[in-house]
Order: sequence, then structure tokens, then C-alpha cells
Amino acid sequence: MPDYSIIIQNISKSYGQVKALTDVSFQVEHSEIFGLIGPDGAGKTTLFRILTSLLIPDSGVATVEGFDVVKSYKQIRQITGYMPGRFSLYYDLTVEENLNFFATIFGTTIEENYHLIRDIYVQIEPFKKRRAGNLSGGMKQKLALSCALIHKPKVLVLDEPTTGVDAVSRKEFWEMLAKLKEQDITIIVSTPYMDEASLCDHVALIQKGKIMTIDTPAKIIEAYPDPLYKVSGPNMFNLLNQLRNFPKAKSAHRFGDSIHVAMKGDFGQAEIEDFTKEKGHEEIQVKPVNATIEDSFMALMNTNNDK
Amino acid sequence: MTNKPIIKVENLVKKFGNFVANDHLNFEVYEGEIFGFLGANGAGKTTAIRILCGLSTPTSGNLNVAGFDIYKQTELIKRNIGYMSQKFSLYENLTLKENIRFYAGIYGLSSKEINKRMDNLLETLKIGDLRDKLIGSLPLGWKQKLAFSVAIFHRPRIVFLDEPTGGVDPITRRQFWDLIYQAANDGITIFVTTHYMDEAEYCDRVSIMVDGRIEALDTPAGLKKTYKVSNMDEVFLKLARAS
Amino acid sequence: MKQFLGFIKKEFYHIFRDPRTLLVLFGIPVAQLLIFGYVVTTEVKNISVAILDRSKDDVTREITQKIIESDYFTLTQNLQSDTQIEEVFKTGNIKEVIVFEPNFAQKLGRDGTAQIQLIADASDANTANLIVNYTSAIISDYVQKQNKLQLMPMQIKPEVRMVFNESLQSVYMFVPGTMALILMLVSAMMTSISIAREKELGTMEVLLVSPLKPAQIIIGKVIPYVALAFINAVTIIVLGNLIFGMPVNGSLTLLLAESLLFISLALSLGILISTIAKTQQVAMFISLFALMLPTIMLSGFIFPIENMPVVLQMISHIMPPKYFIIIIKNIMIKGTGFGFVWKETLVLIAMMMVFILLSVKKFKIRLQ
Repeated sequence: MPDYSIIIQNISKSYGQVKALTDVSFQVEHSEIFGLIGPDGAGKTTLFRILTSLLIPDSGVATVEGFDVVKSYKQIRQITGYMPGRFSLYYDLTVEENLNFFATIFGTTIEENYHLIRDIYVQIEPFKKRRAGNLSGGMKQKLALSCALIHKPKVLVLDEPTTGVDAVSRKEFWEMLAKLKEQDITIIVSTPYMDEASLCDHVALIQKGKIMTIDTPAKIIEAYPDPLYKVSGPNMFNLLNQLRNFPKAKSAHRFGDSIHVAMKGDFGQAEIEDFTKEKGHEEIQVKPVNATIEDSFMALMNTNNDK
Repeated sequence: MTNKPIIKVENLVKKFGNFVANDHLNFEVYEGEIFGFLGANGAGKTTAIRILCGLSTPTSGNLNVAGFDIYKQTELIKRNIGYMSQKFSLYENLTLKENIRFYAGIYGLSSKEINKRMDNLLETLKIGDLRDKLIGSLPLGWKQKLAFSVAIFHRPRIVFLDEPTGGVDPITRRQFWDLIYQAANDGITIFVTTHYMDEAEYCDRVSIMVDGRIEALDTPAGLKKTYKVSNMDEVFLKLARAS
Repeated sequence: MKQFLGFIKKEFYHIFRDPRTLLVLFGIPVAQLLIFGYVVTTEVKNISVAILDRSKDDVTREITQKIIESDYFTLTQNLQSDTQIEEVFKTGNIKEVIVFEPNFAQKLGRDGTAQIQLIADASDANTANLIVNYTSAIISDYVQKQNKLQLMPMQIKPEVRMVFNESLQSVYMFVPGTMALILMLVSAMMTSISIAREKELGTMEVLLVSPLKPAQIIIGKVIPYVALAFINAVTIIVLGNLIFGMPVNGSLTLLLAESLLFISLALSLGILISTIAKTQQVAMFISLFALMLPTIMLSGFIFPIENMPVVLQMISHIMPPKYFIIIIKNIMIKGTGFGFVWKETLVLIAMMMVFILLSVKKFKIRLQ
């Protein structure tokens, strides 16, 4: 067995003038969940298409389970399960017919690998005679995952499986992925939702075709460079605008019901309290807070832009 | 923000055959507020928005949008609202200027007025150099921000935003919300749906739809207090999972 | 193999669940033929004819009798001279004048050949054509029966002249034309749309990533349409025969084989289109403008190729339907065998090879 399930080395890809990927490198371990996190247009889909042998990179090498994505595309297509963005299902076929079809073209049957999909499929099995086009977003997502899993792939490539799906379905989906990991399947998944990073073993933050950082979510958060404080008060709108122009603060971003303020150098809680008082705010709460992946992402975006 | 309702919904029912998409909805949206309209997929949000925009007729119920009756005055409603969604954006093969001229033209603004407002907009956003750029050549973040600016270009009283920030990077997402706040400050009522629960916190009031019904409607703080949780994510999960 | 069968099964699901596809597949061919059939059959009954018999012998009388006995014609006038012909066309309801040359039976007995002139009022082109064809059919039927009794084969040459619309097209053009049109439509348009649909849905990505070979994907897409187009071809031949009396004088096997060839050609064109088209709309657009219009306009289906400007004539040479129409007209009407259509058949085969080669080159194992 190769050391890593997926190895990507110096991959670049352009569409005409547009650089979709610039010198991307990383490895994915066996049976881990690897998250590729970044906004639309960051190059996630392009990278996944290269991994599934659908696109040839301009330069660089990538292997999946030891198979080169360009030369050994036939083997790659046997061992990967791929779920493209926009769940690619046949909307005029029923749930069961879709699953049957994907099982057949991979030369297997539903029965043979039912154990793999059971936990997911039981949730949609009551609707197995329903056409896929009439399913809700969450159910389509589950069916698409079942279809990608039915041939027992070694590597599962999921392109934005949670986009456009509500918070409940998203949570359930990640619970399913955690269970699949136990079955010795390597999962590489892309998402624009930063809060999903913590559910991965390793994540790569990607923006404009470049990887900004790769590590475990905990280490990325640990590496956050500045002291960070959580500030909240009654007039959030004004507070945010003023904190953005606070010379001792590096950045101020709204996070839910509070504002995350990153301070420069040795400045800290006291300076924030003074500043808000000076601006006439009352009942302001200031607390140190741990960074989130989203904080890290924004900090990295800013340093990248400054370069 | 006032407590004057600009959208009044009483007993809104919408059925498709036997399927009840909206089951006796009752709510009011106040003038100038940012109203978050949340719900799981298939809970009936899109159906309700389509009705409020005058694109679809309810099965029954009394509805008033911007002072106009939803059954008889849909044309007047359409003049007074703006709409933007993640899917519906600007024309990619037209320049920014052409897009603005087109949309503003639909609402009958004069050329002089269009030019004045366009200069204003480009100056506020500091994007004078984008005026003659094709929309297709701009990054997604800008497209979304511009789509919003165009949606409120005719100064509607209410703007409906259907998942406006899907797939955008976190910084752009916050810039987008700056624009929303700006518009709300200018007196435009914001009616917004989102899958980002932190964005729910940015709303003045939030309603959560489950299976065609509004299960909860309050300020984010009020909802968190009622359900004894620390963030909106948990409020949503508690409500949507209970079903 | 099982993978492949599963694929074909899926294609049939798509076809039978989409009302629009079904309509294009089965509704349009039948409707089109029935419209022609209806228009034509109502006209051909008790048509008034006049006869100018310059011979007045047993044979001409016998033929005249045969023509009148059929339900199609009523003899309204016996003419005495050429000058009357134009007159009767202008004044009366007469649609056709049949002229026997002098010494008809004598010539027939001596030379084995004699001439009948059929002059028809072609202001109603379809009817005129039908009338002439019916008359010819009755005459040739008579000749055939006579030949069985005699040692020396004889031949009656009907010489057709259309008045008021001389460059008229044969109504028999419509069956071969419709057939070419429908096979083109079903085969090329439907396959290109169905492949483009998979691209649009994103399912093509999954198919490409599966162990299915590209050739399997293409053939799997194509086979259902080969079958359906073939059913269509048979339907058209049968309906054409029942409603128009469109004969199949030549070999039915050859006719079906040639149809199959044309279907394959159209399918390879459809695949070629789908390699270019990313969406169903584009596929439809290309099919309509690149295939349908030329099939109708430039294949000789409606407008005679000889009357076209030289440039268009040149273009018509690269229109596959043109050759197909020539082939099936030969087989159906003239009853000729493969010996007479091998050139056209070769052209079709060559064209198909080019399209297949091009599409294999263009259909990638990857996206892009």
C-alpha cells in the first residue's frame, strides 16, 4: 500500500487566461476525512476533476492509491466514488432505479454492498419508488452519496456535498461521513462552509487557486497569529464600524452575535474596553476567544492579499 | 426601524394538489427591519417568497405587501420591491453599465436619474473602473455585491434576498452584509433567507419554518433565550430536528 | 455486458418517461404521414378524365375500360382532336387527358411497344401526380397480365406531360422525403439531446468516472434510438403503402438495410453534434439548423435540385438525405436492386465513417 491515499504534487491548471490552480501540493492519509475549504471559484472542482481523471493538469503529478491520474485513469475510475457538485442523479428515474443503475455500471449489485450504504439508504428507502426529481435537497444528497458508494470505492471524492442543503441535513451528512471513515474509505470533501472544517481530520484552505495552509483544524487554529477578543454590545452596527477603524486593532469581523477583534502586538482587552467607552458605548462585553477556521481563513486571505 | 408593518401575512395557505406548502402562515415584517426567513429545504420558504413577490397566488389568506393587496395589485407590488438570489444575478455578457441601464430601465427611471445614481453607486463602492467591464469577467464576490446594488437601484421599499451569500468567501460575505445594513439604514426593508446560521444573528428578527409552518419568530436573542441555547445554529437544529 | 445492458435499460426509462420524447418519436412521424395521406386520399376518387383515342382498336378500348372500371376515374368526354385538349382543361373539371397514339394495337403487336400520353392538370400538383401515377399503374398492370399470355413481351410507354405546372415534383417524393426527415430527426436530434442532457445534469461526469468505456457510453446511448428509428422506418413504409399506395417494388430487405445504414449515419452525426454541444438547447439548435433545414430544403425533398443555383447544388451533394432519397426512390418506385444504388450506398457509408471518426476523435475520455 502506498504511504498516502492521495498525493498531489505541484499541480497547476489554467483555462485560457484564467489560472484555476497554481502549484497545489498536499497528501491525504488513508481512511481520513480531508477537507478542501474555500469559496466558489477557488479551484476546488477543478482539483477534484483532476483527481477523478476527468481533467489533465497543465503540470504536476497526482496519484490516487498509487495510480497516476493521467496514465492509470482506468484503475482510478474503478476505485473512486465521485459525487460532483449539483447531485448528479437521473431525475426521471426512481430512487431505486438510480441506485440500481449506478450499481450496474460499476459491475456490482445493491445487495452486494448494501451494508455500506445501509445507514444512509434506510432514510430514503421508504421513498424508493419516488422519482429522484421529486426528492428534497437533503434526500437527493443522501441518494447521490449512496450512488457514489455502491461500488465500494477506496476513495470517495465529494464536491460540495452540503451546498444548498439546510443545516440539519448538513449535520446528518457529516455524521454519515464519520461512519464511512470507519469502513476504511478515504474521503476528500470540498465545502464553502468554514464551520465544517472542524469535522475533518486535515483541511486545506484554498483561495484563488492557491492553497493557503494545510494542517489539522486544531493546529490551524493554534497558528492564528494575533490575540483575539470577542466583543458584543447593544449597538452592534456602530460598534463594528468603529472597531474597524480602531488603530490598535488589526481586524474586526462580525461573528454571529459578537465581533471578533484581532489586536496588534501587545494590545489587549483593556485597550478595547477603553476604546469602546471613549466612543460612548455602554454594557460592552469583551472576552478573549479562540479563533475559528473562519478567523484563520480571513487572516490568511489578508496576508495573501498583502503579498 | 419602526413598528409599522410593511408586509402583513394572515393565514396564508398554499397547496399544490394535496401537498400543503404553506400551512396558515401569520407574520408581519416591520418597515426598515432585516427579517431573516429561515427553514430547512422543502419547508416552504421559496413558495412563500414567490407569493410575496407576486409571482404566485396563494390558495387562501390575506396578504399585504408595501401597502398593496397581493391578489389585486401585484403590478404595484412588483414596482415597489427588489429581488435577488444566488441563482439570479446579472447578465454575464453585458457590462455593469448595461446591466444597470437595463434593470433601471425596467422600472422606468429616466436616463438622467440612472446616470446620477450610477455615479453615486460606483463612487460608494469605489469601483469606477468596473463600469465598462463585462459582468462575466468579475469575481463571484463582486457579482453578488453588484447584483444586490442593482436589485435596490430603483429604491424599492422591500428587497427579497434568496440565499444571497451562498458559496462566497467569508470576507466578501461580511462585505455583503455591510451593504445590507447600509440599505436597511436607508430605510429599505430586507427580507432574507440564508443557510449560514451566523447570518441569522445579523437579522433584527428571525422566523423559522418547519414543514410549511412558522415554528418560531423572534429576535435572535429572544430565540436563544426561549430555547435555552447559546447560538442560532442550535435553535435551528432543535426546531428542525424535532419534526 | 451486464453493465452495458443496465445502461440501455436506463436509456429506455428516459425515453418512455418523457412525454416530449415520445411525441417526437412516435407522434410526429405518424401525424406527418396521416396529414399527407388524408390530403391525398380525399382527392383521388371519381376524377374526371377525357380520352383522345386516335387508334380506336381492341387494345385501346380494353385499357380505357380498365381505367374507367377503377373507382378513381370517370370518363367525361371522348375527344376527337388535339385542339380540344387545351379547351377541356380550361373549361371543364377534367383533370387528365389520356392520348393513345394512332395504330396503337398494331404497333404493339409489331414492335412490342406503343405510347400513351398522359396529360394532367398540375395546378394541383399532388393530385396531378397521383392521377398520373394511378393511371400508369393501371396501364402497367394491364401490360403485365398481357405479357403472361404472350411470348413476346410488350411495353406501353406512358409519356407524362403536366400542364400548368411542368416542373412538378412527384408526390412519391413525400414518402422518401418524410422518411429521410424523420429518421434524421429521431436519430440525430434525439441522441445529441440525450447526451447533452447528461452533460447538463452533471451525470456525464459520473459516467466518465465509472469503469464504463466511452465506446460503451456512446453505443449504449445509440442503440435505443437505432431500434426506435427502425420501428419508425417500418411504420412509414407500412403507412405509406396503406394510405398512399406507395409501393415497395424492389427488395424489402434491401430497403430496410439501407434505412439502417441511414439511421446509423444520422446517429453518428448526432454523436458528433453532442460532442460539440454542452447543453440540450445548443444540441437542439444545431440539429435543427444543421440537419433539419438542409434535409428539407437541399435534399431534393421539396425543391428539385436541378432548379437550384449552382452553389446550392454543390452543397446538396454533401447532404446525406439526398443520397438516401435517391436510394429509396429507386428501390420503392423503380424496383431496382442493389446494382443501381451501390454508388449512393458507398457515399453514405463513406460519410458515416467520416462522422464516426470525427466523433471518436472529439468524444473524450475526459471533460474539457
